Order: sequence, then structure tokens, then C-alpha cells
Amino acid sequence: MHIPDGYLGPQTYGVMYGAMIPLCALASRIVRRTLQQRHVPFMALGAAFAFVIMMFNIPIPGGSTGHAVGGVLIAILIGPWAALIAISIALGIQSFLFGDGGVTAIAANCFNIAFVMPMTGYWAYRLIGGRAPAASRRRWIAAAIGGYIGLNIAAVTTAVMFGLQPLLARGPDGRPLYFPYPLEVAIPVMALQHLLLFGIIEAVITALLVIYFQRTEPSLLEVEGTKT
Amino acid sequence: MNTTRKLWWGLILLILLSPLGLILPEVFKSGPAWGEWSLEEIEKMVGFIPEGLKKLADLWSAPLPEYNVGGWEKKGLFRSSLGYILSGFLGVGMVVLVTFLLGKWMRKKDPPAQGS
Repeated sequence: MHIPDGYLGPQTYGVMYGAMIPLCALASRIVRRTLQQRHVPFMALGAAFAFVIMMFNIPIPGGSTGHAVGGVLIAILIGPWAALIAISIALGIQSFLFGDGGVTAIAANCFNIAFVMPMTGYWAYRLIGGRAPAASRRRWIAAAIGGYIGLNIAAVTTAVMFGLQPLLARGPDGRPLYFPYPLEVAIPVMALQHLLLFGIIEAVITALLVIYFQRTEPSLLEVEGTKT
Repeated sequence: MNTTRKLWWGLILLILLSPLGLILPEVFKSGPAWGEWSLEEIEKMVGFIPEGLKKLADLWSAPLPEYNVGGWEKKGLFRSSLGYILSGFLGVGMVVLVTFLLGKWMRKKDPPAQGS
């Protein structure tokens, strides 16, 4: 899901920078208002967890690979706006230091992985979790569904960015200038991989860790309701 | 042991296990993620390298590509796993450092915001 350099044309990655700058400013304003001293280590833990979990490439036998992100779990623990900042930091380091995701595509990758995923997954979790107590079964089921939904929607928004490229820019010979496959290919492939495999792994990881927190420190699962 | 400390230890354990993300794709003969191909792979798949893609692709050369150090990713599974773990520690260190600095900066401006 880390879009490399060259896959998106300037119109697309430019627009994404235009979208992410105000979103990051908004996130830092919201986080600044609610951030307490004890939350900073959790933000660092969240960013570090996102970084490490993305190193676990999961193979589709004979095919491609993918990975979980932990984005919804992080949003559940520190709120979706703090998650945006934490995961963006992880994505920035991945890009600059390790070449995972292009530098021109950092904003696009942050949009998909640090904004769309935590936001949609978190609200699915809140909606399904309702007013159920922090330690209830309903909460971890909501978290699993949230993780599944968040990763899949992010996969689709990534696929849309890919698939738009042949429509936006072609050379004089009619060949695509950037990502070569159209929407009809990009969306089904990305969606199926994540619906059938990576999304399920994301759901399991999210649920297991929420259950862990329910048993060890359920207060962590309550913070978000009062803070945002 | 408090929860935060346990979580940091869990994180270190994850870094030590991270070579699984290198070894499993090898075992199952899986390629890169869909949409994260090299120029050669794109040429093989569609028959040409898109003009604009070629121009932008090498814009940035990361110091530790593929989460590995000094080309260790090509020196067998043991060496590449070791490089992967080192990259994991380095990456997590950087991520934590940046988050703490940013967190500190954000918190400093906290009191006036609370007053309003």
C-alpha cells in the first residue's frame, strides 16, 4: 500500500499534499488541545508499532505480499487525530530512510494509511461498540470489524489513486505516463487481496490487542470517549 | 511491570521476530506488494516503462533500501535477517525520537490552550 515514486503523476501527488497539509494542521490543533503528558509515550508506542507491524510482509503464495498496519488499533487507543500524526511519522521514516513509499507520494500514503484507515475504522468501531462497557465482548468485536473496514477502505482509496493515472496522463504515443493499469484492474485486485487476506489479519491483530488491553488496563479503552 | 514497559518489551520482541516478514515471502515464492514493483518488473508486466514513472522513480535514494544495511539483503537469509532486525531497531528509534520531540513541542503550547 506504500505508493512508490513515479506511480502517481504530479496532479495527483500535488493534490494529496494540498489535502494533507491542512489535515495535519487540524490534527495537531486537536491533539494539542487534548494531549496530556501520559499520552506521549503511547503516541510513540503507536508510531513504533505501526512501523514494525508493516515490516511483517504476509505472502500470498506465488503472488504478491501485503501487511497489516495497526492503524485502527492505534486510533482506538489514542484517538484518530493523534493516530494520524503517529502513523504519518512512521510513514515518513519508512520513506526517507528505507525507501518504502516514495517521497513525492508521502502525502498520498499518509492520506490512505494515516488518515482514511484510522478515521473510517475508528468510527466503525465507535458506531458498532456503542455504549458497551470497555471490557465487553462487543467492544473487541467492534474493534475487529473496525480494523477490517479501515484497511479495506484504505486499500480501495490507494487503488483509486493508482487507477486514475492512465486517465490523467498519457504520452503522445497514448501510453500511460505513470501507473499503467486502469481502475477496472487496480480496484478489484487491491480490494480482493485485502478483503480475503490482509484485512482478516488486521482484524485479528486489532481484536487480540484490544482483548489484551481489556484484561490488563481497560482504562486505556475509555480515554477516547471523553477526549474527542 | 507496568503496561507501558510491557508494551515496549513486546515491541522489541516484534522487531526480533520481524525477519519472518522476509522469510515467509521467500518460502511461499511471493513477489513484492501489488503496486510496489521495480522498473524491471513493470517492464516485464506491461512491456514498457511508463515515461513519467521512469523520471520520478529514482528521485530519492534511501540510505537503507529494503530495510537492510549495506546490501545484506543479497547475502543470504541469515545476513539479510540480521540487517532487517538492525533496520527495525534503527527505524523504531527514529520514529520514537521524532514522536517524542513532536509530542514535547505540542505539549509546551498546551497550558495557554487550556486557559481559553
